[in-house]
Amino acid sequence: MRYLPKSPADREAMLKAIGLRTVDELFAPIPAEYRLNRDLKVPRQMAESEIVDYFRQRSRENGEGYTSFLGAGAYAHYRPVIIDSLISRGEFLTAYTPYQAEISQGTLQSIFEFQTMICELTAMEVANASMYDGSTAAAEAVMMAVRLTGRRSVIVARSLHPEYREVLATYATHQGMPLSVSGFGDDGRVNLKELEKSITPETACVLIQSPNFFGTIEDVAAIAEIAHKNGAMLVVSIAEAVSLGIVEPPREADVIAMEAQSFGVPLGFGGPYCGVIATREKYVRQMPGRLVGQTVDKQGRRGFVLTLATREQHIRREKATSNICTNQALVALMVNIFMTVYGKIGLKELAKQNLAKTAYAAGEFAKQGKLLFAGAPRFNEFVVQTKEDPQAINDRLLEHKIVGGLPLKKFYPELGNAALWCCTELTTRTGIDSAVKSAAEREGSLRSAKEESVEEVAR
Amino acid sequence: MKHTPRKATLHVNQNEGLIFEKSSAGKAAWKLPPLDVPEVDAAKLLGASERNDLGNMPEVSEIEIIRHFTRLSTWNYAIDLGMYPLGSCTMKYNPRVNESVARVEGLANGHPYQPEKISQGALQILKTLSECLIDITGMDAITLQPAAGAHGEMTGLLMVRAYHHAQGRPRKKILIPDSAHGTNPATAAMVDYAVENLKSDSRGMVDIAALEAQMNEDVAALMLTNPNTLGVFEQQIHKIADILHAKGGLLYMDGANMNALVGKVRPGDFGVDVMHLNLHKTFSTPHGGGGPGSGPVAIKKKLEPFLPTPVLTAKSDGTLGFEYNRPQSVGRVRAFYGNFGMFVRALAYIQANGPDGLRQTTEDAVLNANYIRKGLEGTYDLPYSTPTMHEVVFSDKLQAKKGVRTMDIAKRLIDYGFHPYTTAFPLIVPGALMIEPTESESKEEMDLFVEAMKAIADEVQEDPQTVLDAPHSTRVSRLDETAAARKPVLRWKPVV
Repeated sequence: MRYLPKSPADREAMLKAIGLRTVDELFAPIPAEYRLNRDLKVPRQMAESEIVDYFRQRSRENGEGYTSFLGAGAYAHYRPVIIDSLISRGEFLTAYTPYQAEISQGTLQSIFEFQTMICELTAMEVANASMYDGSTAAAEAVMMAVRLTGRRSVIVARSLHPEYREVLATYATHQGMPLSVSGFGDDGRVNLKELEKSITPETACVLIQSPNFFGTIEDVAAIAEIAHKNGAMLVVSIAEAVSLGIVEPPREADVIAMEAQSFGVPLGFGGPYCGVIATREKYVRQMPGRLVGQTVDKQGRRGFVLTLATREQHIRREKATSNICTNQALVALMVNIFMTVYGKIGLKELAKQNLAKTAYAAGEFAKQGKLLFAGAPRFNEFVVQTKEDPQAINDRLLEHKIVGGLPLKKFYPELGNAALWCCTELTTRTGIDSAVKSAAEREGSLRSAKEESVEEVAR
Repeated sequence: MKHTPRKATLHVNQNEGLIFEKSSAGKAAWKLPPLDVPEVDAAKLLGASERNDLGNMPEVSEIEIIRHFTRLSTWNYAIDLGMYPLGSCTMKYNPRVNESVARVEGLANGHPYQPEKISQGALQILKTLSECLIDITGMDAITLQPAAGAHGEMTGLLMVRAYHHAQGRPRKKILIPDSAHGTNPATAAMVDYAVENLKSDSRGMVDIAALEAQMNEDVAALMLTNPNTLGVFEQQIHKIADILHAKGGLLYMDGANMNALVGKVRPGDFGVDVMHLNLHKTFSTPHGGGGPGSGPVAIKKKLEPFLPTPVLTAKSDGTLGFEYNRPQSVGRVRAFYGNFGMFVRALAYIQANGPDGLRQTTEDAVLNANYIRKGLEGTYDLPYSTPTMHEVVFSDKLQAKKGVRTMDIAKRLIDYGFHPYTTAFPLIVPGALMIEPTESESKEEMDLFVEAMKAIADEVQEDPQTVLDAPHSTRVSRLDETAAARKPVLRWKPVV
């Protein structure tokens, strides 16, 4: 086996040193009746070239070469080449969690820089070293708010990613945290009146997403006011990190739960991604996850360590703020390198291009069909309502090697024949034009919806 | 210094500040293509939501970024540099073909919501990996959704709770041996179970009499690591399972130490009902400085209705797809389907090994640990003489007489060119030195390790201060962790 660095003679010598004759004797502690006396049913040992062939073949069966208009929590942005060059360095790739600070300063300093940049972009004071993804970060941020307020019930915006809502429901089930959902108005944003009515003295926090699942930017200040007036916290989920280049961060939030996948992380069929939680300094001791802090060594030299570990499971066991142990360090490094490459000016310019592409695409679709939530500002995503079932439109587009917007019927039946379309800087004008053309191919499939002026959005 | 480390020699490495300290206005590492659509006025589109300033985000050039991160990287220890004997962490070789195939275009760029008919490649990978892991564990079904081991524990316990709930009695507590990982009790708390400690017997195994006394119909499950954190296989495992099952409880296995079992024995065959695996331990996906992980949960048939949604399924037309309509499911534990990139790597690892390679891997892992045990027995105190599998736990009892503790020995090991072993864990061994070499070490590397450990033991007797002040050869000496926690500095700020 090519990964094993021992010759038969080595094994013999080692057995002899231990005082054994056969390897089987090493397994004597396992009762004989449970030992496996056959080969595992796994593929036979393959050569490297065969493994590469196998995955290339799977890749060809996996949407290779399609133009996609999918977003909805997973975004296709350009990944600078140096991200992979740098994360492929074995010293990053094959290192463990940096508990031994003296020989982990590379990882520790890079996380410290990551935490700093996340703070700069979110306008928060502290950020952790990463969480599994945006959905679990949102659930953990809510649990943090529950601990901080001593209240238990939670209001969740219906415009939050539906899968994030499902994850929160799973986490909340056994925490005694009643969840209620707050609907959206005609502009696709949280309905403030409804929110005002549903908030109670028991509300620990309001959880929203901005830009929300429909791509519209929430009125964070107004929502924060309602939450804070009632002694509740505001937790804001950000799923499209590139928006932070041009959209005001939710400064009024108490906790931000982010998905940083947009910053240089491949789509990868849904993971691994990079969640992160950012908050105010005064809340740091209730934060879940690892934190890197700056300190000095015995000679007074600057160095970095994992800190505030008394929040964590390996110290506090059942009293920890979370059970999280392994996080997304290498993915956070991708994010870190991406943020460094684009930096202060590039991120803004990049976000602007995203804005322009989306504005163009939304405009082209609006000429043909009905653009929902047109009244609110948006980033990267927009909802198009059609007469024809979006599934049928998408089937037609697929023949042209185009993956259309995400049909919303499964998540938002009240929106009827609606789909969520997404553009990024990688979307081309030609791509947009041919998608609009193919979508409108069946006469009137888009136009009719507009003319019939499909009735108002339900909540 | 009497002992000269054979494995490592000091050499120059570069200094490097924080990236913010290199930033200055006008430098850039990016270039966007010309826009092919009309420019837009952000102020007009976004109104009050427009952002104008990105604060202290850096402005640097590409070569500076390459040097910055390359320099930082050289300050890390890594498996690629040498043995990483962290007990229970299973720091094995991370094959490079894994990295290569995870980056093949259709897999790296596949969108989680792309139609199932153009996702058959990814779904086939999920299916094949699932089948392999099911046979390796001897279980009946699996979910790949959990993002890491602790997340898998949570998923497993959610299923345990749902199972008992369906039986009409949700139960109240989880039994956890005192040798368990901290994630076990932390997870139980997240699923709103009370934690009851279970003590180990004099051989480091579950105390059967204590288990019998503590087991009752309030106990939902026992969370057991097997081999346990002492590296000891629970020889009475079936009795343990019987005691639990007789009172309707379930046996949860923490699969952190699965590297001792693959191809030799299957948890499903010795009575386990639910278990998680760590793909970043047993199945060679890289630790990457702390993640990403992946924590699939394998279960027996009776728990299948409770699997998180969605569940992979073969459709009537022979294609693969996801099933969402599962009324008894515990729900979703994360967005999308799990850390897919890790599935690709784990499957590539299984393919590179095959059944014979996986078995040989386990045998070598156990052989290596026992070779080290033999090499250091006598030099370091062995608190439990019970035979061990893939890892061995010593204590600092002999060295403590000179005031030298496990952490000091660990720090001195750095000067000898090794990453430290796991210190002060498991909690049942005061001053523990927990060593897991994995199968990836050659005899030469382990001989160097044993030699280094013996040299340090000598130093403890002759010149304990050298050990207490270690490490001596690193960029920074021991860092002030107390100050870091008392007045946390968690981000850089510009000097005003």
